[in-house]
Amino acid sequence: QVEQVKLLDRFSTSNKSLTGTLYLTATHLLFIDSSQRETWILHHHIAAVEKLPLTTSGCPLVIQCKNFRIVHFVVPRERDCHDIYNSLLQLSRTAKYEELYAFSYNPKQNESEQVKGWQLIDLAEEYKRMGVPNDYWQLSDANRDYKICETYPRELYVPRTASKPIIVGSSKFRSKGRFPVLSYYHKNKEAAICRCSQPLSGFSARCLEDEHMLQAISKANPSNRYMYVMDTRPKLNAMANRAAGKGYENEDNYSNIRFQFVGIENIHVMRSSLQKLLEVSGTRGLSVNDFLSGLENSGWLRHIKAVLDAAVFLAKAIAVESASVLVHCSDGWDRTSQVCSLGALLLDSYYRTIKGFMVLIEKDWISFGHKFSDRCCQLDGDPKEISPVFTQFLESVWNLTEQFPQAFEYNEAFLLQIHEHVHSCQFGNFLGNCQKEREDLKLKEKTYSLWPFLLSEQKKYQNPLYNPDFSPELTLLEPNTVSFNFKFWRNMYHQFDRSMHPRQSMYNLIMSTSEQNKQLEEDIKELEAKIKLRNGQSDVVLVKEEEQTARPAPVALKSPPCFQKEQPPMPVNDAVRAIEGSNTADNRYSELVSEFSKAEPAVVSLEYGVARMTC
Amino acid sequence: MEFAELIKTPRADNVVLHCPFNVAVEGTLCLTGHHLIFSSRRQDNAEELWLLHSNIDSIEKRFVGSLGTIIIKCKDLRIIQLDIPGMEECLNIASSIEALSTLDSVTLMYPFFYRPMFEVLEDGWSSFLLEQEFELLSSVTNEWRLSCVNKEFSVCPSYPAVVIVPKSVDDEALRKVALFRHGGRFPVLSYYHRKNGMAMLRSSQPLTGTNGRRCKEDEKLVNATLRSGRRGFVIDTRPLAVAQQARAKGGGFEQEVHYPQWRRIHKYIERFNILQESFIKLVEACNDQSHNMDRWLSKLEASNWLTHIKELLTAACLAAQCIDREGASVLVHGSEGTDSTLQVTSLAQIILDPRCRTIRGFEALVVREWLQAGHPFQQRCAQSAYSNSKQKWEAPVFLLFLECVWQIHRQFPCSFEFNEQFLLLLFEHAYASQFGTFLGNNENERAKLKLPQKTMSLWSWVNRPEELSRFQNPLYEANSLVIWPSVAPQSLQLWEGVFLRWNRPSKFLEEAEEERINIIKYNKELQAKVNALRRQLAEMETDEEGQEE
Repeated sequence: QVEQVKLLDRFSTSNKSLTGTLYLTATHLLFIDSSQRETWILHHHIAAVEKLPLTTSGCPLVIQCKNFRIVHFVVPRERDCHDIYNSLLQLSRTAKYEELYAFSYNPKQNESEQVKGWQLIDLAEEYKRMGVPNDYWQLSDANRDYKICETYPRELYVPRTASKPIIVGSSKFRSKGRFPVLSYYHKNKEAAICRCSQPLSGFSARCLEDEHMLQAISKANPSNRYMYVMDTRPKLNAMANRAAGKGYENEDNYSNIRFQFVGIENIHVMRSSLQKLLEVSGTRGLSVNDFLSGLENSGWLRHIKAVLDAAVFLAKAIAVESASVLVHCSDGWDRTSQVCSLGALLLDSYYRTIKGFMVLIEKDWISFGHKFSDRCCQLDGDPKEISPVFTQFLESVWNLTEQFPQAFEYNEAFLLQIHEHVHSCQFGNFLGNCQKEREDLKLKEKTYSLWPFLLSEQKKYQNPLYNPDFSPELTLLEPNTVSFNFKFWRNMYHQFDRSMHPRQSMYNLIMSTSEQNKQLEEDIKELEAKIKLRNGQSDVVLVKEEEQTARPAPVALKSPPCFQKEQPPMPVNDAVRAIEGSNTADNRYSELVSEFSKAEPAVVSLEYGVARMTC
Repeated sequence: MEFAELIKTPRADNVVLHCPFNVAVEGTLCLTGHHLIFSSRRQDNAEELWLLHSNIDSIEKRFVGSLGTIIIKCKDLRIIQLDIPGMEECLNIASSIEALSTLDSVTLMYPFFYRPMFEVLEDGWSSFLLEQEFELLSSVTNEWRLSCVNKEFSVCPSYPAVVIVPKSVDDEALRKVALFRHGGRFPVLSYYHRKNGMAMLRSSQPLTGTNGRRCKEDEKLVNATLRSGRRGFVIDTRPLAVAQQARAKGGGFEQEVHYPQWRRIHKYIERFNILQESFIKLVEACNDQSHNMDRWLSKLEASNWLTHIKELLTAACLAAQCIDREGASVLVHGSEGTDSTLQVTSLAQIILDPRCRTIRGFEALVVREWLQAGHPFQQRCAQSAYSNSKQKWEAPVFLLFLECVWQIHRQFPCSFEFNEQFLLLLFEHAYASQFGTFLGNNENERAKLKLPQKTMSLWSWVNRPEELSRFQNPLYEANSLVIWPSVAPQSLQLWEGVFLRWNRPSKFLEEAEEERINIIKYNKELQAKVNALRRQLAEMETDEEGQEE
């Protein structure tokens, strides 16, 4: 516990600050300011801690979080600062899974609730919903004991004609043994999205089993013999891989394939791109042009567009040409997961529901071995393995929700909350890198699942504009991917910088109004029932007036508890309509001051009080 | 002149109309004196397009064999294409459109011919008189007076006939001040902040020249707005260097020695051709669908449009800050005081004054701070982003103002009585309209053209209940606070409603907007029903009690 700590406003040039007390708990860093407002920061969310050079007011400590919160404390005494710094360094770097928050977090559920929670998302059920197994596709037990591929799930769907030797042979020809398997089956088009890793083709190697495997996939589609093979990497990267004995499919060796590069960059490019983006968006006193050129130089939106373009290509191949598509990148767990899941989201409205989105993440990301632990740096590990691949997926979905405001059951808050928990290590779902690892950790016994927790507060995540029958004539959601449609996701990257957000949120207002509408509908039903009852009663009253007066009035007729005279039914959520602490100092007009005083130093400062507006 | 002389081919059949994101339609094209009319003859889906010639910004023609193609680019930024069979017809039509869309006499414009099909409930020409404004003002303060010194438009040709000035300054002094200010635009009241009695004045630059000329009456006038012992701020919308250069041409700025109680802030706001170029570049960038991400972002950056927005908002916030937070009076001017000055004063009022965020209040603001204040609409809005004329007096000054209002609107979506459509409406009508409101460059010209007698006012039409309902913001709840917008680049957005309006399919966005409105409407219905039911129940209860007794 350290007192008299100042929390600086990240963007204010006027050194506006809040003074309060800093507490370190086993799991969180807690700051309570003088007005008793609390800021909780989970240790696992801390991406970096930095001690800046000592200033006159104390020792500055900057904490960067994985959910893009950045806090800037000033600790009065250097030694305290040093202590906090060291503690945070230790606490935020975990060496073993067992030390993660999820293993100590207890949401007060009993064992059967815990088990039920883990059963909420059932992938076997999901494959059944898609329509497999069927005449063409079957469940393979080849990987039942993780013998063929450690990073795949136990249960895999493959073409019926793909025999075990073909599977084994193909897996030996694929990086990390990740042979082609079913990711999504489109019932109406009878076409499939399959996924795998790159072939170990080098410059000339070939593998008959792998060729048979691809043939089996194309034959499993009765409506179109041709299949697409999408290599989601830029062509240059794929070619460079050949030198290492890896590479891509040679069209001459495989019959009936159309090979296509789509050019999504690798995890290292994405990591540095995000880094650049955050540097720009975190600059104080940023000009519009610096922001736009920074946005351009970071390449972030270009990458998002590339991911979405690839997904559109995939979805169109299935919806328009009824062709099956095999997607891979290098290892088939980053870009492949992005493209397969987004493609399915465009094709199948189920994944645009809250439950369906959970299923989609469970299937294409968790079960197929996206390395959440490495990518999100859950344990202290190789910083080169960190990459915002999943964040890009969420951002692509957000872009779709912006273009199709009525097509999704969930809202932005849902995406942000998932992002929060991918990094929080509070629930077991995203721990580890693959299913085998999760089983070894006994996560289902020792930790809790995020999904029931999200479902229990579903109301917060429901999109009030959602229309379940959204444009049924559309066979797929076809977003417009012209560059100007992609916007900087302010609510993600500045989620905690309130001064940048609209002061009144139309979205929240619509949400609470829609919520209120449901309540009012119920009130009406209740009132109508009462009136009906009363009408019935008064008929009785007319007939048997004497008896009625003799009896005590029925309980239901006494003034109902919900009825109070002249009171509006339910006040519109004032907090929503209200204007959040808007003041001039929040809004960086202060840059004028410096400009102004430079020109004419004699002039009085235009720095004003920070009196908060009260509503 | 007869329009018929200009129309060589009044009608062409089998013309194909291409609009972005719509299927091509075949139909008949007709030209009238003021309209281009296209109607498709299909029974099932009769479509008509009426386009004002004055809305046409530029026209291009192309030929493939005998099939001619005309590409029409409108001032509201829409682009349509017409395929006309027959080279001669096509040439005739193109040249007619060109002639009709560039008529040089104002009195030939459509507003002089337009006969409204609606009943006028209220004559918009007299809806917003300065006298009414003054009446409101005198209910809270008696420090101001109405002056008719400019009755004949002789003191200042770009000012209205009446202005509000400090009570202590007489008309004789005003005449002298007018000689000391560019174009005779002496300081007048723009806004009175009731909360603390501070005033915002606007004027043009003082004509100090190189030898530092002064005008005692001018000093007295501006000082009359100060409380004793308090300072005021002069917000000069030019950088210091430009203001200094202006002295060589007889202009200048208020010097400290002569205005000791005033502090000058130079807050640069771009003007004229720089803005027009910025506008043209932005529209070009938005219209090219083939740009990759890097190119789009660098084009957006190179247009500088959002930088202008940010600068303008910042200047307006600064003025508002001086008045509301610092408790100081403010004088705003640039050079002529007809462009950036008005942007700043009107935006500051949006921030400070809740009245300006109502429909009527906003209309009054546009009339007071733009039309009556002498913003030269006819010059500035003669052409839009597609014109090749590049005249130095063309500039999207009013559009920038509207966009800034939109940016604030986005940040405070419940604080405005009007919706985005209303801002779009004003944008469109400022450039091409059947109404006379935006014709002429100032009140003087409007009086000479007899616009109030000969044309219909936009306000007469818009303020009818059936029209108004289209422009109402269902989320509106009066908010009496000062609203400080964020000007961080991350908080600003491209105004898609204007710039991407014709460049992307909008069906899903419109449907979503409709759904939002439905939710709010439904809420009101439900509330009313619940209240009615409760009343019914209460009545039954009292009846019963009566019976029981």
